[in-house]
Amino acid sequence: MSKVLMKGNEAVAKAAINAGCRLYFAYPITPQSELIEYMAKMMPTVGGTFLQAESEVSAINMVYGAAGAGKRVMTTSSSPGISLKAEGMSYIAGAELPCVIINVQRGGPGLGDIQPAQGDYFQATKGGGHGDYHLIVLAPSSVQEFADMASEAFDLADKYRNPVMILADGMLGQMMEPVEFKPAVTEEEMEAMGHQHESWCIHPNQDGDLKHHHEINSLEIDPVVLEKHVNQLYEKYARIEANETRHELHNINDDNEMVVVAFGTASRIVRSAVDELNTEGRNIGLFRPITVWPYPYEELAKCIGPKVKQVYVFELNTGQMVEDVKLAVNGKVPVHFWGRVGGMVFTPEQIKEKLQACF
Amino acid sequence: MKKEIICAGFGGQGVLTIGRFIAQAGMREGKHVSWLPSYGPEMRGGTANVSAVVSDQPIASPIVSTPDILVALNQPSIDKFGPQIRPGGVLVYDTGMCPKGCDRTDIQIISAPLTELAQEIGSMRVLNMIAIGMVIGRTNVIKYESMEEDLTSYLKDRDPDLLEKNLIAIKKGMELGKA
Amino acid sequence: MEVIATRPESLREVPFTYCPGCTHGIAHRLIAESIDEHGLINKMAGVAPVGCSVFAYKFFNFDMAEAAHGRAPAVATGIKRARPDMHIFTYQGDGDLAAIGTAEIVHAANRGEHISVFFVNNAIYGMTGGQMAPTTLPDMKTTTSPYGRKVDDIGYPIRVCELLDTLVAPYYIERVSLLSGPDIIKAKRAVSKAIQYNKEGRGFTFIEFVSTCPTNWGMDPVKAMEWARENMLPFYKPGVFRDKGAQE
Ligand SMILES: Cc1ncc(C[n+]2csc(CCOP(=O)(O)OP(=O)(O)O)c2C)c(N)n1
Ligand code: SF4
Ligand SMILES: [Mg+2]
Repeated sequence: MSKVLMKGNEAVAKAAINAGCRLYFAYPITPQSELIEYMAKMMPTVGGTFLQAESEVSAINMVYGAAGAGKRVMTTSSSPGISLKAEGMSYIAGAELPCVIINVQRGGPGLGDIQPAQGDYFQATKGGGHGDYHLIVLAPSSVQEFADMASEAFDLADKYRNPVMILADGMLGQMMEPVEFKPAVTEEEMEAMGHQHESWCIHPNQDGDLKHHHEINSLEIDPVVLEKHVNQLYEKYARIEANETRHELHNINDDNEMVVVAFGTASRIVRSAVDELNTEGRNIGLFRPITVWPYPYEELAKCIGPKVKQVYVFELNTGQMVEDVKLAVNGKVPVHFWGRVGGMVFTPEQIKEKLQACF
Repeated sequence: MKKEIICAGFGGQGVLTIGRFIAQAGMREGKHVSWLPSYGPEMRGGTANVSAVVSDQPIASPIVSTPDILVALNQPSIDKFGPQIRPGGVLVYDTGMCPKGCDRTDIQIISAPLTELAQEIGSMRVLNMIAIGMVIGRTNVIKYESMEEDLTSYLKDRDPDLLEKNLIAIKKGMELGKA
Repeated sequence: MEVIATRPESLREVPFTYCPGCTHGIAHRLIAESIDEHGLINKMAGVAPVGCSVFAYKFFNFDMAEAAHGRAPAVATGIKRARPDMHIFTYQGDGDLAAIGTAEIVHAANRGEHISVFFVNNAIYGMTGGQMAPTTLPDMKTTTSPYGRKVDDIGYPIRVCELLDTLVAPYYIERVSLLSGPDIIKAKRAVSKAIQYNKEGRGFTFIEFVSTCPTNWGMDPVKAMEWARENMLPFYKPGVFRDKGAQE
């Protein structure tokens, strides 16, 4: 397959269709509108459902319904719209339904602005909705990775019966890069996928079958039962934590004098600065979590080599990931932070300056 | 080799397209490319700019703060991005839209009355191609052949006349760039 | 020279952010003039929506609040209940009012909330670049209905005045258009009446403006007006749906 130059928003939409997503419900919002517009155009060509909901609240509940019916379904939005989906995400996690949610983040809080930001890290990784639950959260840093994550997200969602969020940002949504698509799922794969959730989902009885009775539900009125349910959820989350962390290392070695941590598009800007300093004789490693829940704590801990004197975190927020980095570093060395907010994006020069000041 | 480019002008002038063609051509040549537009309520007559990077190596930051090349289609773009051009870098601008030009002496400046030249060629739609030609004439960021292939694949059946004019425009730009 | 038109006092000296030829500006002016005429500038407050008129909070020359998308009637309810001696209005687009904010408008109207609602129906999401609105006409193409609005799939456009007219509480409901000089004069009368009823504490008042969005319709402003007269007015018929003041 050859590469095509595509916007992140469109590439991930195409990749989701390739991955077998045939139901898509969303509401327009900048900077993810190209995604919904691409779906509007392409879903009908593959016999899929595109529906512009009357609100994000409605869209996420349409997802709840379609996921409960056992089909690959996706919704997408940007920060303010994701807040409106929070209730639905909690219900979906509680009912253990597989689905994919994309957040093309913009500046907040409130209406904020429409420029790239990473201010929804806490919302995505620590909750957002009410109750004890987790989303699996993937943070792409290139258009290619964004597109690749579509199928990965659906696979994880199906495997664990859990909502998966791709936590992107306006920069990734709007930028174009060459991207190569994985082949679209075949008819047979689609067929198999269509049946994979029949042990629990809403679907018709076959003639002659025993009648099934499936409940799509997050209500457990008896606290004894609810406690058991939540504990089971957490056993599942523990399996996810044990098996599904992803991360990327860049120039991590035993002689690192410093380790820098950044995620998503911010990590690319940071990488430019790190590379420059390394060619100037420094030895700085870059750790990029790809799953931000589950967070790759152990993998990061291993990167803090014997000569590392400090860790520096850069984010396009006020330091929301720092807590996770500190948990991983566990007091071994100091953890510094610098970030920009409100849709302002740091430059490699600014990062370089911050890093240089440490030596 | 890594070349960082900013194209800037009024919304609707087609600066995003210039960046896109350069990125597209770079990709055809097997290079790593990125294209990052400014975005916002630009349809309401604001300014637009795009950062494009063409590189042999994977691209870390898609954000360009010190461009090797600036293509400016209006004066505010020169005023804003001109001071950031890397010493020795290239500024391409439209004399018709940039009356003040740029007073830096440590960069290569190529300018031309793009509107008039486009009119001479016979279509305002080729204005961007002249600018791209000027970039190709002066730098090795992309090759003429890649542009030709790209345009041909897109326009050959749809609008052969426009294709012809586009290619003339690029060549005209290249002459200006080489001069 | 004789001054025949000046900026209404109720508008601040802040340039509008609208495209040339957009009807939002006209609607703002009618509202501001009416508030001036009824001498309400010191007791007025408004709620801006999310949409192209999101910056309305900067344009009006009295206290303004900015609401989340669709929630202006709820915010206005809060302000009115906290400050019953003030006069409150909301200004909302069709996506804001008739899609995401359907619950809020229906229930504010149903409570007979003492506010005025000014509703700009341009059959599209202007701010976000031309997606389908609940008011988009059948078969009309938008960026999210690229094959035209298919009424079998996505339903017919919502006629908000007619919908609200099924409720008992609203005091005054009228649909006007901003598509010609005479229409604008009629619209002014309706706006003025809504503000007057608001001043008198009569109840919930609602004005819909049939409007244009030249930018996202891909037309010049004059063509957009023509198109709207031909296509919008037959579906969105101007008229008074409810006027309890006239009956009294
Ligand atoms: C919760 C939420 N969802 C979506 C958006 C994005 N958004 C901003 S304006 C708008 C639509 C505005 O359309 P309309 O109300 O018709 O106003 P117009 O711009 O046409 O005047 C949308 C969907 C948002 N800001 N917040
Ligand atoms: S996009 Fe449409 S509604 Fe918005 S300001 Fe422009 S013309 Fe008016
Ligand atoms: Mg509208």
